Amino acid sequence: MNTTTPSTASGTASGTPGAPRAPRSSGRPAWRSALARHGTLVALAALLLVNVLVTPNFLQLQTLFVNISQVATIAIVAIGMTLVIATGGIDLSVGAVMALAGALAPLIFGSAFGIAYPMLGLVAAFTVPLLVAMACGAFNGVMISVLRVQPIIATLILFISGRGIAQVLTNGNLQTFSNPGFSYLGTGRVFGLPFQGWLALLIAAVVFWVVNRTIHGRHLLAVGGNERAAALSGVPVRRVKIGTYMVCAFLSGIAGLIVVAINSASDAARNGSLMELDAIAAAVVGGALLQGGRAPILGALLGAVIIQLVKYTLLANGIEDEVALVAKALIIVAAVALQQGRRE
Amino acid sequence: MGAGDAPLLSMQGIGKSFAGAVALDGASLVVGAGEVHGLIGQNGAGKSTLIKILTGVYLRDAGTVSFRGRPLQVASPREAQAAGISTIYQELTLVPLRSVTENVTLGYEPRTRFNTIDWRAAHARTRAILTGFGIDIDVRSPLGEHSTAIQQLVAIARAVSLQARLVIMDEPTSSLDEREVQVLFSAVGRLRAAGTSVLYVSHFLNELFAICDRVTVMRDGATVADRAIGEVSRPILISAMLGRDIAEIESAGMTELGGGSADAGELVFEAAGLATGPRLSHLDLAVRAGEIVGLGGLLGSGRTEAARAVFGADPPSAGRLSFTGQDAPPATPAEAIAAGIGFLTEDRKAEGIVPHMSVRENLTLALLPALTRAGRIRREQERELVERFIVSLGIKTAGMDQPIRELSGGNQQKVLLARWLAIHPKLLILDEPTRGVDVGAKFEIQAIIREHVERGVGVLLISSEFEELVEGADHIVVMQDGVSVGRMSNPGITEERLVNAIAHVA
Repeated sequence: MNTTTPSTASGTASGTPGAPRAPRSSGRPAWRSALARHGTLVALAALLLVNVLVTPNFLQLQTLFVNISQVATIAIVAIGMTLVIATGGIDLSVGAVMALAGALAPLIFGSAFGIAYPMLGLVAAFTVPLLVAMACGAFNGVMISVLRVQPIIATLILFISGRGIAQVLTNGNLQTFSNPGFSYLGTGRVFGLPFQGWLALLIAAVVFWVVNRTIHGRHLLAVGGNERAAALSGVPVRRVKIGTYMVCAFLSGIAGLIVVAINSASDAARNGSLMELDAIAAAVVGGALLQGGRAPILGALLGAVIIQLVKYTLLANGIEDEVALVAKALIIVAAVALQQGRRE
Repeated sequence: MGAGDAPLLSMQGIGKSFAGAVALDGASLVVGAGEVHGLIGQNGAGKSTLIKILTGVYLRDAGTVSFRGRPLQVASPREAQAAGISTIYQELTLVPLRSVTENVTLGYEPRTRFNTIDWRAAHARTRAILTGFGIDIDVRSPLGEHSTAIQQLVAIARAVSLQARLVIMDEPTSSLDEREVQVLFSAVGRLRAAGTSVLYVSHFLNELFAICDRVTVMRDGATVADRAIGEVSRPILISAMLGRDIAEIESAGMTELGGGSADAGELVFEAAGLATGPRLSHLDLAVRAGEIVGLGGLLGSGRTEAARAVFGADPPSAGRLSFTGQDAPPATPAEAIAAGIGFLTEDRKAEGIVPHMSVRENLTLALLPALTRAGRIRREQERELVERFIVSLGIKTAGMDQPIRELSGGNQQKVLLARWLAIHPKLLILDEPTRGVDVGAKFEIQAIIREHVERGVGVLLISSEFEELVEGADHIVVMQDGVSVGRMSNPGITEERLVNAIAHVA
């Protein structure tokens, strides 16, 4: 037991080795610190094992396709959420932004313009909803960084009104359509695997690179780690925050389009419903610190996979939705508990 | 305390240690009835520990306390309040969203026959008390709508309504403007007239001379003076606070900064009549290349505010600031950095380090735009530069990728110093650069600073250690209450001269 992890409750490492501490922090069993460090992977392995043993037909290609096509949206939004959480914020509006972007796309390629110019209509059906989503993100960012509204309240505004606007746009109806070009986003295959799975991986790779290799990523982590120090070191704190919320909303917009493309229908009432909870859970399970300063992008991917697998496990084994919700809550509790243990 | 009267409060021989560290040893405090009593001392002198013992937050290890002629034993602030001791804290402990009346009467509301709250009586009583302090506000309005000064007065009114015999005010003017300070002072006068004693803790000596009857000075956990205000002068109070005897000074070679030898180069920046708010109202200051200019003054004299103003962190409200080679003074820290100004802040934890980040990332934070091409950080160049600084500054770290929070205070400070040296500054603003670091690191940091000054960097040095200023600075600009009141030059500055200049009433 020679691990020297100082597990003080305060979480502020004094940096003075050998400083007298309360005797109870003498050390933890090695398996516990190992679990704390690799908890996400352990959980994933356990979930897979349980499914192989219990779930019928788990090791079928079809199962893989279903899970990939469903995990992609969670992963994409969770990546955005991880960035927002890294600034010390939170974004409750992701699900509503999905609904809004998803509602706009069919309206555009289904309009007179979209029918007259199918190619242009298709391009506009991708770009306009994403621009609107980014405008939502800019609104969140300005509320938070300029008007200094608490993130949970600021994003609650669009959480409520965004979906409302989407429902007004679609008259509250389910809008079905047939547009193979657009549906490729949700049903296409690349190398035999769902297109949106590749898209999620591509997004993760790009965001990972931005976070770890560019000035923008460094600034993001500095703002989340110590906002006052960052500002006094010349970091443009407002621009960083607004940009982050815009990226998160942009990614939510993509996820909204994917859901609509999968279903060949837009349902503003259900698109992205409860996605904010899945995304936050995935980010936290992936190792994001709610007080900010860390952006584990690969963790967000893993977290999304875990959240999706839990959903699938319960569904495939015929367990009711209500129980599934409780299970999800338990996962978040476990992730937070592990995170407390991991804190130095 | 009038002669012959028994004092309201007498604390004698108070001792208190925390885990072996002595905070108080032989502290005493005597406050007469109806007396406004000032309590002063440097940070760490033991003022707040003494007050916390008086208000029941801490239990004393030794000594006696008597209040209103009887021994006082309180184990909690609530018991202290019941005994007649009320505290007005720096951070107000009121409920901003509730009405003024509710705040004044909370927990002690007048009742009707049916045991419900008698609002009519509560409002009337609150109005009467506030009128007594010369303030006329709607007692039904939420407290938070009013200024800090009014809120402070409401806190005092609450103390009065609880029949306090002694009201403790801890830095009550720290967030007030000049006019509000006057309102507070008149309230203190009314308390005195009504026979209530006030214990007034403040860094601002002018305030003591304005309202106190007596003053107690603490240093290193003990009471070193208890005098009537009419018997003392500013220099006497300051030399008591600092423990400096005018003769003991004039020692040499105690710091590595070595001021007074510089050949000053061209002007780096000049401030004339610069003001940013009530804590910085008039700053005249110039720094040349290759010299250290010290800012001398007590805590709260506007030194840090001056640094922030020069760095573009606080917008100026009056005066002129000009940098050589710049058309306009920096309006933001980012502009200041681009213009070659570095600012090592006083509070390393709150405004310096980013704890989750590595030594490398912390070190290059300010330099980052220059290390970046099209948004991408040039990692080879970054690592080389960080390695160079780790070696040249002797930063003790397991590696540049170690989180900075794991380093000792002195090494964290070196990383932050390197953050600013890396931008090739023309001007370095150093706010308490050696505070909280051990002696070895302190000399090293001072040597690093001197080395860069010799290469032509201009330094603006803020330090509470007079030694560091007297021996390190080429010139010292003396600050008092937000105003730069004088300038002296090395060689020839002694601690005696500096203390006198700080203490001298302008």
